[in-house]
Amino acid sequence: MRGAVRSFDLAEVTRRSFNQALHDAADGASFEVINPRGAHAVACGITADIDVVVRGSVGYYCAGMHQQGRVRVEGNASTGLAENIMSGEVHITGNATMSAGATGCGGLLVVGGNSGARCGISMKGVDIVVGGNVGHMSAFMAQAGNLVVCGDAAADLGDSIYEAQLFVRGDVESLGADCVEKEVRPEHLDTLGRLLAAAGAAAGGADPGDFRRYGSARRLYNFTIDDVDAAEAAARAAGGDHR
Amino acid sequence: MSTTPNGAPGGTPAGDLDPLAAADPQNWHLRESYTFDRNVIAEIRRAANTGIYRIRGWGAKRRLPTLDDLVFLGASMSRYPLEGYREACGTDVVIGEERAERPVHLRIPVTIAGMSFGSLSAQAKEALGRGASAAGTSTTTGDGGMTTEEREHSSVLVYQYLPSRYGMNPDDLRAADAIEVVVGQGAKPGGGGMLLGQKITERVAEMRTLPTGIDQRSACRHPDWTGPDDLEIKIGELREITDWQVPIYVKVGAARPYYDTALSVKAGADAVVVDGMQGGTAATQDVFIEHVGIPTIAAIPEAVRALRELGVHRREVKLIAAGGFRSGADVAKALALGADAASIGTAALIAIGDNDPAYEAEYRELGTSAGYWEDFQAGTDPAGITTQDPELSARLDPVLAGRRLANYLQVLTIETQILARANGKSHVLNLEPEDLAALTVEAAAMAKVPLAGTGWVPGAD
Repeated sequence: MRGAVRSFDLAEVTRRSFNQALHDAADGASFEVINPRGAHAVACGITADIDVVVRGSVGYYCAGMHQQGRVRVEGNASTGLAENIMSGEVHITGNATMSAGATGCGGLLVVGGNSGARCGISMKGVDIVVGGNVGHMSAFMAQAGNLVVCGDAAADLGDSIYEAQLFVRGDVESLGADCVEKEVRPEHLDTLGRLLAAAGAAAGGADPGDFRRYGSARRLYNFTIDDVDAAEAAARAAGGDHR
Repeated sequence: MSTTPNGAPGGTPAGDLDPLAAADPQNWHLRESYTFDRNVIAEIRRAANTGIYRIRGWGAKRRLPTLDDLVFLGASMSRYPLEGYREACGTDVVIGEERAERPVHLRIPVTIAGMSFGSLSAQAKEALGRGASAAGTSTTTGDGGMTTEEREHSSVLVYQYLPSRYGMNPDDLRAADAIEVVVGQGAKPGGGGMLLGQKITERVAEMRTLPTGIDQRSACRHPDWTGPDDLEIKIGELREITDWQVPIYVKVGAARPYYDTALSVKAGADAVVVDGMQGGTAATQDVFIEHVGIPTIAAIPEAVRALRELGVHRREVKLIAAGGFRSGADVAKALALGADAASIGTAALIAIGDNDPAYEAEYRELGTSAGYWEDFQAGTDPAGITTQDPELSARLDPVLAGRRLANYLQVLTIETQILARANGKSHVLNLEPEDLAALTVEAAAMAKVPLAGTGWVPGAD
């Protein structure tokens, strides 16, 4: 049972007082923000199971380190949208600039429009669904979680990727170091189906069967050491020619 | 002064190294090359054999300009000393009074630098927390997040916010007494962390969300901000998430300390941590350790110059200097140059038992000797400090090791007070550059204090 919606006008009150109200809120509370006017760090650090609707575009780090509840942004967001999200959901109807969902550890981030460079950089378990395209170096050093791109991916997708899974419906300009295309198996279709459904309209009715999967070749996981002396000694011991 | 490409002391004529050659300086068969000495040759052979650059722990090992190149002048006709052990000489430091609801209060001007669980054993982290808490100062997390052991045993815990964001958790952020945004460290300004596979145990891997056993190379840039304008916004976000409760530091490797300090102040830091190139590391490329950054003695005055010009020195923004501090003399000199506190890492590890001669036989088996052990990346530390091996880690008693650290911190503090009183200061933060003279032209130029016996400060108008 949700209570009455508390409305904050950021043209009238400070970001500090608004964020403090969110931090003090109990589970079940609902908030609305108007006139965010590109303010930074709006609705960051939420710990309770609350609902927040931001009517307008926001600056950096909106819903940063989000831990519970739902934040919906009706507009665009600048750098670091939902950075280090732990759980809960963050939906944005418009576009996100750089580093959306950076280092996110859990939860769901949905970007209705496009997402800029480094979307999902160093992601650690978050699920990200982008309705449009993602910029270059997206999923750079991505460690865990799923990045679903309904449009295209720009250059160097998944560079130095660890164990995150990337799904792209459109074109991939190029893959980054150690990122390779992988087979789409039934469990991946299940994952895609679940995430596309969770993204709702932002996914535009995309079919899981239209996506290709990318992940780590795991060739950068350990240093390559060419122990010449040991190889030669072993070859001599075996009586063979090591060259 | 000379160095080898791999940073070891070198270029020494064979006569200094080999008694045979010393006895017969005309022995051309043992004439060592100044350019290609034995260290250089060994390193070239090692590189050729493996195809991998040298990785190690510790800090710079080659000879560098240090705080040893400065002396205190002491009291004289025009300066009255204070009585040792009788007259009060304050040592407390407060950080973040201007902006934080809960400023950091330290009883002593020495802190424990950031060192990660992962690079260090849980016992070592606990020991650092115990020792620091007993001495009334702070300890610091590292790459990999906060462990319960260090939180429980650290009365003041600084939470590092690093490019990798390994183990980054907003609950831990709020549980910290201060936040340190790490831009760089003295051992490797411009480089990220490194933790090799043998130390990526299941617990470490889980905390970092990484596969076990991989050779992990941390990011060197933050994933969601670039440059000082972004950092200002990032610091604003961190303050919002923590409800402006705790101070925020910015840590930089000593690269361009004047500009880095000024930009940190502009970004809203409550404290700037400047880590000179003698600062240690758990593991990085040797070429980084020995050839990137500037010495601590050169970094502090530049950072202070920035703080003074901005009118915040010893006021709104505090300076924590780091990088190779060993004694109360080092601490006192850093404070006299304008730092508010000194941070120790390598010395703290030695205090809790690193390079302990009791394990000499095992160091020998590892091809080294107590006092030389630097392979912190290997995970085979006989002293149980830079390892994740359960048997080795269990060798370190955190209670005893913590007592050793507390004792060492006490000695550093008393030595600092001794020198402050000798210069007539009733608080260690009253030490000033005027109390110092330099023994070398280089030190005079870097520290911006007169060459001893002269009024000459090279480079000053």
